[in-house]
Amino acid sequence: MNLPVPQVCYIPMLQHTGAAAEPVVKKGDIVSEGELIGRALGEDSVNVHASVPGKVIDIIDSRFFNVQQKTVLIEAEGAFTTTGSSPSELNDWRNKDTAILLEMIRTSGVAGLGGDAFPTAAKLTPPDGLKIDTLIVNGAESEPYLTSDDVIMNTYPREIIEGIQITLKIIGISKAIIAVEDNKKPAIRALNEAIKHIQPEEKISVKQLQSKYPQGSEKQLVYTLLNRVIPNSEPPQNSGVVVINAGTIFAIREAVLFNKPLIDRVITVSGDMINRPGNYKVRMGTRISEIIEECGGLKGVPGRIVIGGPMRGISVDDMELPVIKSTSGILFLSDKETCNGDSVSCIRCGRCVSVCPSGLIPRNIAGAVEKREFDLAASFHPEACIMCSCCSYVCPAKRPLSYLVGIALESLQAEKVIKG
Amino acid sequence: MPQVQEKSDLISSPPHIKSGDSVKSIMWTVAAVLMFPAAFSVYIFGLQATLVTGVCVISGIAAEFLCQILMRRKIKVLDGSSVITGLLLGMSVPPHIPLWIPALGTVFAVVVFKEFFGGLGANIFNPALAGRAFIMLLQPLEMSSNWHLFPNGSVIANKLVTAGNFTSEAFLSITGATPLTILKNGEKFALDYNFSIENIYDFFITNNILQSLIIGNAGGCIGETSALLIFAGGLFLMWRKIISWHIPVSFIGTMALAAYIYYYNTGNPLPGFLTLIHVFSGGLFLGAFFMATDTVTTPLSARGLIVFGIGCGLITFLIRIIGGYTEGVMFAILFMNAMVPLIDRLFKPKVFGV
Ligand code: SF4
Ligand code: SF4
Repeated sequence: MNLPVPQVCYIPMLQHTGAAAEPVVKKGDIVSEGELIGRALGEDSVNVHASVPGKVIDIIDSRFFNVQQKTVLIEAEGAFTTTGSSPSELNDWRNKDTAILLEMIRTSGVAGLGGDAFPTAAKLTPPDGLKIDTLIVNGAESEPYLTSDDVIMNTYPREIIEGIQITLKIIGISKAIIAVEDNKKPAIRALNEAIKHIQPEEKISVKQLQSKYPQGSEKQLVYTLLNRVIPNSEPPQNSGVVVINAGTIFAIREAVLFNKPLIDRVITVSGDMINRPGNYKVRMGTRISEIIEECGGLKGVPGRIVIGGPMRGISVDDMELPVIKSTSGILFLSDKETCNGDSVSCIRCGRCVSVCPSGLIPRNIAGAVEKREFDLAASFHPEACIMCSCCSYVCPAKRPLSYLVGIALESLQAEKVIKG
Repeated sequence: MPQVQEKSDLISSPPHIKSGDSVKSIMWTVAAVLMFPAAFSVYIFGLQATLVTGVCVISGIAAEFLCQILMRRKIKVLDGSSVITGLLLGMSVPPHIPLWIPALGTVFAVVVFKEFFGGLGANIFNPALAGRAFIMLLQPLEMSSNWHLFPNGSVIANKLVTAGNFTSEAFLSITGATPLTILKNGEKFALDYNFSIENIYDFFITNNILQSLIIGNAGGCIGETSALLIFAGGLFLMWRKIISWHIPVSFIGTMALAAYIYYYNTGNPLPGFLTLIHVFSGGLFLGAFFMATDTVTTPLSARGLIVFGIGCGLITFLIRIIGGYTEGVMFAILFMNAMVPLIDRLFKPKVFGV
């Protein structure tokens, strides 16, 4: 379902992991829908486009998401040339060079839509010498509450398969695994149906996963599907795998088939405090306040407002923050859902230990950090932590375990820098 | 739209949702589950049993409260842990014990073995067991007598007629004890009163001793009586994921296996039967489901828990069957409590990706 176009879009130049883009428009410019307004600076940067046609009314210095960055304000007016009309002719990607396909993705500013918004073009060009053999399409939702990938796979199974075919061609391999959680039967059925129509030499398969957070995290996925352990602090490419989430595959297809820049995305709006939760297609730059309004308003003051998922997302109190490429969802959680309580002493229940997917003993790491014994904490391998926050979630003593493990990790990294 | 900006505590580090369980909810659930065998003991032993457990619970709460005031600590009585300590201690003494003894034990348990160690979470020994060990050493006689002499309706003392081979003197010394004491001193009884050990087994069988142990109308400590109720409570706690299966299964399993192997190899005619008596009597169920599963004083990892349970089972077996004491559950758990740091060091989960 599409949300209406906002009057004014707030489009930050940093919507992804990496370096910010540089604005190429100035105040007063008239831009068309999908026009480039921020140019990527280097490989780890991503192009930014106008989500709506209209006038650049201002370029402000903003501090969204704790980062100082330029934000372009566009007031909507004029015709929607990109999304308004259906494209008259599709690009024939099968007869195009992979370099051209890759360039299309780069130009369109595609970034990972699972939450980290890593530049997709960079992900598809692994460093020289690395042999990639498998593409994993992550259809296992990265976190509870978020259901946007499920909706996309369910509604556009054929498009997803086509997107995978394009991606396989770009990487130059033939094997792809679509990982879907086993509680998403309709999506699994739809994808399997769509796979029937592909060529036999393309080895695309659907694998069911137990639906259990943090199943959708890259390290876990690669281990469950291929039994490969990605060493800590190494990207999955080093293990011969590229992991791309289902929503991003959809965006890749749109970029390649009709040169559509990434100017909108599906986000999950959820939580007990919003009147009309659901998955919505939203233009980048739409502010939270507008989303609240379009979703029927709030039932009361939420206990937490979270951008992203409840386990890894960030809590915000600024309702003027815009939706960006990395915004997988916006949650309006009630106090009942957050279950925050006073932190008390550890009762050694072992829950944090049994839940940790990395085999850590979070209570020991946290205990050492609390005693400021950072060397001890570092010896417990905080670098293996994938920041899933499961430990903090289960702890009955409500101890901020993942946060403290994060501090242990930071001190470890600081140590490395100091020692050179 | 409500003004979200007015709320001051909106920002926090992730996760933004947490499980509904808290230390308080866990403790009070355990306490509530313990109420069932405690209530049943009133039915078996009469009001005396309520008095004992009641005095223990109240003295536990009072001791913790006073202690936290005097030590200028945060008042945490409401977390329910001393209620559990009081209940457990009250349930592990003989029903007709003078009240001051279990009361003293509870105070000692809470003050010395919990608060002096730094409060809930920092204690090394299970407070209830440590308190019980204390009064056991202080008043050994009171702690190993004062059993209930079921006047009518109970199985063990009731059927004088069926006890054909026994002199009335022998009969009294048997019925005044718990089944475990009888097993333990069987040879001696047999010698003293001039009958064979088989007579005792016959006595157990004709009196449906297993059934009594499972239902709860056999001699024993207040809460040791109904294996069935304790088992049901344990299952409930497992279903609520408050305790895990590891310790109860490995503890009882090891104990049973060791006992069976022992009886079998010593040529006993009824190895299975005696093993079952051991399993269902004494504090094994209460210990395995409610005391050895105290998270504070047990290992962290699943493998560690199993090792802990095996250790408890072996030591219980050694004390009960080979050693000199009738009941070994308490010392077994206390001993294994002391082993926890070692077990934790030896049985760590494997770090992923290292
Ligand atoms: S956040 Fe906690 S549970 Fe998750 S990997 Fe890190 S230590 Fe383990
Ligand atoms: S989950 Fe919390 S209370 Fe339990 S062992 Fe870990 S830190 Fe301690």
